[in-house]
Amino acid sequence: MGELLSLAGQNLLTPMILSFALGLFAAIARSELSVPEAAAKMMSIYLLFAIGFKGGVAVAGHGLDEHLIAAMLGGIALSFLIPLLAFGLLRAMTRLSPLDAAAVAAHYGSISIVTFVTASTVLSAQGIASEGYMVAVAAAMEAPAIVSAIWLAARSGGRTGQVQMDARLWHEILLNGSIVLLVGAFLIGAVTGEAGLARIDAFVVAPFQGVLCLFLLDMGIVAGRGLRTARKVISLGVLSFGIMMPILGATLGLGVALLIGLSAGGAALMMTLAASASYIAVPAAMRVALPAANPSISLTLALGITFPFNLTFGIPAYTAVAQALIGE
Amino acid sequence: MQTHSAKRVEILIEAPLELRLTDALEAAGIKGFSVLPVLGGAGRSGRWSREGQVGRTGMVAIICVIRPERLDTLLEAAFAVVKPHIGMVSIGDVQVLRAERF
Repeated sequence: MGELLSLAGQNLLTPMILSFALGLFAAIARSELSVPEAAAKMMSIYLLFAIGFKGGVAVAGHGLDEHLIAAMLGGIALSFLIPLLAFGLLRAMTRLSPLDAAAVAAHYGSISIVTFVTASTVLSAQGIASEGYMVAVAAAMEAPAIVSAIWLAARSGGRTGQVQMDARLWHEILLNGSIVLLVGAFLIGAVTGEAGLARIDAFVVAPFQGVLCLFLLDMGIVAGRGLRTARKVISLGVLSFGIMMPILGATLGLGVALLIGLSAGGAALMMTLAASASYIAVPAAMRVALPAANPSISLTLALGITFPFNLTFGIPAYTAVAQALIGE
Repeated sequence: MQTHSAKRVEILIEAPLELRLTDALEAAGIKGFSVLPVLGGAGRSGRWSREGQVGRTGMVAIICVIRPERLDTLLEAAFAVVKPHIGMVSIGDVQVLRAERF
């Protein structure tokens, strides 16, 4: 247990996590510190490209194995199933309506790519190897949760007009910018391999952690602002859910990782994916599909509670648990 | 200088609905509109601000200036998209200089 805490402590004291904490503090203390919206968007494009490209290069170097298909299927199954668990918990622990609970559940079944990028970087900094194809698993886990949530909303008696799903929304979900960029960069990395990386490594490797620090500083500010408004929309039950759900999700992710036989790094990433909640792709999809659901509850929970929890305590804990159970 | 009567329709709508609405307007023959970002505000759900919004959330304002006789066509097309969503539609009487452009 002492070793576990020591590992978690080491993972916590990284420039990335501390930058996030700085942003969180600045927002809560109502500092005027802010990152221009366009700069934040540019940094997110850079991070998605870099993480996708490096994942592709890793796959090109080690080749594909049977674990890739198993990890993809495991990730998709998690994304379908986690909303069912989240919905049940929300209905038991809170007074949220079925529609609001379904919308929140969609966020928790999908993933936060920023949390995934941070976990990947923390693992690299610790010298813990992980499967490069986890980038593709992350992309595959974005959408299935939306299907589960819409089914939950419809099953719970969503009236006509409360649940709206059409081909155009599917197109927007499956081809949203972050998925296209992540998968595209992954394929570019897989095709060009080490030779491709050698040509652009000064751009995608060396500056990566510094850019991530600035991006997480901004995310800390965003999360801090979310936390400031949290007390207006979040009850104690909903708050407890925001902490409990990532732990349950990570436990399910660990189970899938053990079943598949992922490395310690791969297991930590699968736990992180299962524990994280979407706050970019799913909120937009839910506004179209479930317009009557209250967007402030799900966004505040995902961004103001679960995202900071995963970054500060979750990722270090998931990494430590995966290492303790699977080894180096 | 001669001016002409027109209707100015302002639709505040959630950002993810922007393309659906502008496509519906174009399909109804409304070829001219402007899309503006909304920085923040307050309404039935309380205060909100664009600060802290991630992705395609927040609100946008879509503004059309049209000939009065086209108002019903525009409203029917817009309401088919806007009705179930958070937002606001307002209509005002305005004067324009070059009527042939509307």
